[in-house]
Amino acid sequence: MQRRVVVTGIGVISAVGHNWCEFWRALREGRSGIGPLEAVDRALLRFQNGAEVRNYIPANHFDEKEIGLLDRFAQFGVVAAREAVSNARIDWTPELREETAIVTGSCVGGQTTEDEGFVNLYRNNIPRVNPLTIPRTMENAAASRISLELGVVGPTYTVSTACSSSNHALGQAFWMVRSGAARMAIAGGSEAVFSLGFLKAWEAMRVVSPDTCRPFSRDRRGLILGEGAAMLVLEPLESAVARGATIYGEIAGFGMSSDAYHITQPSPDGAARAIRGALADGALQPEDIDYINAHGTGTVANDATETVAIRKVFGAHAGRLAVSSTKSMHGHTLGAAGAIEAVATLLALRDGVLPPTVNYNEADPACDLDVVPNVSRRASIEFALSNSFAFGGLNAVIAFRRG
Amino acid sequence: MSNEELTERVRGIIAATQHVAKEKIAADSTFQELGIDSLDGINILFAVESEFNINIPDDAAQNIRSVRDVVDGIAKLIDAGQGGAAAVRA
Repeated sequence: MQRRVVVTGIGVISAVGHNWCEFWRALREGRSGIGPLEAVDRALLRFQNGAEVRNYIPANHFDEKEIGLLDRFAQFGVVAAREAVSNARIDWTPELREETAIVTGSCVGGQTTEDEGFVNLYRNNIPRVNPLTIPRTMENAAASRISLELGVVGPTYTVSTACSSSNHALGQAFWMVRSGAARMAIAGGSEAVFSLGFLKAWEAMRVVSPDTCRPFSRDRRGLILGEGAAMLVLEPLESAVARGATIYGEIAGFGMSSDAYHITQPSPDGAARAIRGALADGALQPEDIDYINAHGTGTVANDATETVAIRKVFGAHAGRLAVSSTKSMHGHTLGAAGAIEAVATLLALRDGVLPPTVNYNEADPACDLDVVPNVSRRASIEFALSNSFAFGGLNAVIAFRRG
Repeated sequence: MSNEELTERVRGIIAATQHVAKEKIAADSTFQELGIDSLDGINILFAVESEFNINIPDDAAQNIRSVRDVVDGIAKLIDAGQGGAAAVRA
């Protein structure tokens, strides 16, 4: 028997807010968290801006021993999970702990820790690397810590599919809860990208904007990297109603695909197949969808290709859809992107407010969609999609329904 | 460094990066003719930057679509004072 799956807890930490309320307020107001990078020496970089989580004080969340064990990316994951679990008001029992799953996404794990260790080794000639480097660096560090903290002993793992990581994680968790393989799931993703070595690698890719992120705008010049995390608590509708939980919305479908086309260039066919997959999985028609939280990175290639993919799937209905990219505010958080944007999409459905694509200057004929430019918009909507398309050609799309 | 010398070095860099014979790369070949896609392109620019010790801005990089574009771009940066000893090394 397939269960309907609802979201009963959400948690976010991002450049535009350290909890989901602050995050959502910023998105509604069209406030961007993009600014001059503080984590690294900007003189060593061609690009200068990022969407950093500012004023984050680890000691406000963790004791010193925990800080030693947890890279920034894992800390973000745990902070978001604590918020999500807390507002889900779960009554833990030994059985529930055994039947709850944790699925997280991360693209690069604790590479800040790795970077520091290797600077010491290669540059500072310190022949020893901190023994905590391995547990801090592993992509599953956040999932493992959340499991330890909550005593959740069910299926726990991490998905790493570049920019689609946390949509894949959420989709897996959704399917587990829908099928009954798990009674509850905590799922999402986290990322901390601001170390010099990693930023230099992005610089060499020549896809990072020298100013800001302007998705779908004709003068867009690339993506802006961001950091943060979001976690969601998923459970069957029936149990959520029975225990009187707050329902933020429903996950209706999940689709994924691989382009099998090019390692970095996107393909509209692959993206379209993932969108169709999410619709089919949720028994939805294209006309049911009112809003898409786009992958919308702000690169020339992604935004034009995503537009083609949306037109392929939705035909004439594409002209009636609202499509926005909240990456213009919280940046591209790679492995956390799907989860952060899932929260934005759920709250858009719940409150009937479409978050805008900010920094938008000029219509691009190659991106001829209603991108909700610069200002949020009231719209009573029932179904929405959230797209994630990764380097490597791996696509994951989730369909949401108003709760 | 003469334009011919520069072109020779660029042909060599592209040949090495693309793993093809240098003879297949003409001074007037376009990236499209050579089957060089966007990822190959940034990889070539990386090799060029390393070889000549120059920094090619993203905006300039976007308009580089041929062997000639690479050569002209390097010459412009060297003329502007970039590169130092690496740029004149034969």
